[in-house]
Amino acid sequence: MYQARIRLNALCAFLLLMVACSGEPQQSVDAGALSEKLTGQLVLTGSSTVAPLIGEIAKRFEQTHPGTRVDVQTGGSSRGVADARRGSADIGMVSRALNADEGDLTAYPIARDGVAMILHRDNPLSVLSEEQIVAIYTGQVRNWREIGGADAPITVVNKAEGRSTLELFLGYFKLRNEDIKPSIIIGDNQQGIRTVAADPNAIGYVSIGTATYEASRGTAIKALSMRGIEASLENVRNGSFPLSRPLHLVTLGSADQASALARAFIDYAASAEVNDLTEAQYFVPLTH
Amino acid sequence: MSPSRTDLPLLWALRALAALAGTITLLIAAFLILEAWPALQTPGLSHFLTDASWFPASTTPQFNLVPMVAGTLAATLGAMLLATPLGIAAALFSRFYAPPAIATWFRCLLELLAGIPSVVYGFWGLVVLTPLIRQWAPPWQSPLAAILILSLMILPTIALLSETALRSVPRAYLQGAAALGLSRWATITGVALPAAHCGIMSSILLAAGRAIGETMAVLMVAGNIVKVPDSLFAPVRTLTANIALELGYALDGHRAALFVSGLILLALIVLLVSMSEWIMRDDPAAAPNGAAETSTQVRGLQHG
Repeated sequence: MYQARIRLNALCAFLLLMVACSGEPQQSVDAGALSEKLTGQLVLTGSSTVAPLIGEIAKRFEQTHPGTRVDVQTGGSSRGVADARRGSADIGMVSRALNADEGDLTAYPIARDGVAMILHRDNPLSVLSEEQIVAIYTGQVRNWREIGGADAPITVVNKAEGRSTLELFLGYFKLRNEDIKPSIIIGDNQQGIRTVAADPNAIGYVSIGTATYEASRGTAIKALSMRGIEASLENVRNGSFPLSRPLHLVTLGSADQASALARAFIDYAASAEVNDLTEAQYFVPLTH
Repeated sequence: MSPSRTDLPLLWALRALAALAGTITLLIAAFLILEAWPALQTPGLSHFLTDASWFPASTTPQFNLVPMVAGTLAATLGAMLLATPLGIAAALFSRFYAPPAIATWFRCLLELLAGIPSVVYGFWGLVVLTPLIRQWAPPWQSPLAAILILSLMILPTIALLSETALRSVPRAYLQGAAALGLSRWATITGVALPAAHCGIMSSILLAAGRAIGETMAVLMVAGNIVKVPDSLFAPVRTLTANIALELGYALDGHRAALFVSGLILLALIVLLVSMSEWIMRDDPAAAPNGAAETSTQVRGLQHG
């Protein structure tokens, strides 16, 4: 049963690939012949945000395409760009939009990453400006009263070093981790939710997927709108939520210069087949 | 003392297993050193002691581990101070004061307490204990919360192992004390505790080992701010929490620096084990009492 499903998936992927590459949808193909075609090794390097997700996708890809090997290494988005240019990686992983001087690369979006600022549900404030958030996190504002809230010290909840949510938060507000004056440092999103839900004076940030899920289940938190845009999965998906970023795979040259194997992997990584993996990493899939 | 012929297969099997256990321990230590080696070369050991703070992934990385060593020691010592008297008192109650039926139930409860997974303690601490502390003294995630949770976790270790040690005091000693007309309290302080002190000490050191190594529960309640603890209410980060928080996302130099945390943790445990060995050797008369039974019970207690 499982085997059969894998075959079917593989067949679908190949068909899609053939359609995309050849432009001859009526071409009839034999799955056996194709699986011989898709063999070899892919090397992906780059963003440590994207790498854990791609690692999971690669495992599933190798299962559905026996004979392929996908090697995933981290090192930051800049390494992903550099390695794709140099050819030392087939595909680069980049957790941002491509810059103007990176036109020699083709970027394929595979998912989006979004962060929501969260407060306790009972906090009277429900809007914070970006300046206020920066002031709170850098320790210039230490009491909610100073920005119109209750007379209570602010519990500033920050993420531990290396987390992608921290990176996105710091990048968006143009802060350095050294500048932040946290009251509590937490690890994963769940701990962030529990910590803020247990403290009416806390402010924190977690991935939007976790925040909306928990808020909908009645956990005592609320996610803040940013620049008037509601923190929702839909607004992350369509790119309008400010505190979000695209996760990209990049290859050198135009799309048809990429190898068949690389194209197949990129299509697979952007397909709805891996939505469960994307959501498990608290990212937002692009397709329903 | 040469083993009989029928014992030989068993003897060799045991030797092989002992060698395996020893080798694995050495391999783990070697692995830690190997992984930490790049960080010990550059930036070098002195950075782990003298840097301004801990920002290992920054563009100008800082690697000071001293606050986390202090945090670990503060949380462990605090928990020992609280749990040791309580644990010994519980053991004395169960051994000398409680009626047999109650003593049995009491021991069952302690065993239950020892069997609760640490993440459950941590979660309970996060949603119940720390909000209570917050009403009293914000900010609420603090060494105090860590100490309270750790005390609760190591209390059964001390109580159960001390009780075993007290139980293995030879009956003749106690009968002798009774024959001399000593009161129950005088029997405890003059006979039972001195005779069992080696087993009790080792129970305390084992509990200290568990407290030092505890990760999840402390991570969830201690606040994890990298700062030398200067009060019971200022959040701290322990070495174990540091590794658990950052290892999943650490690269290159940062990763190696976390293995240095692990190495320091290992050194602390080695220190603790040597201390307990030293105490055991110090009192050969008492050593046989607790030792054998203690080690069998330890197995049951270490899975948390």
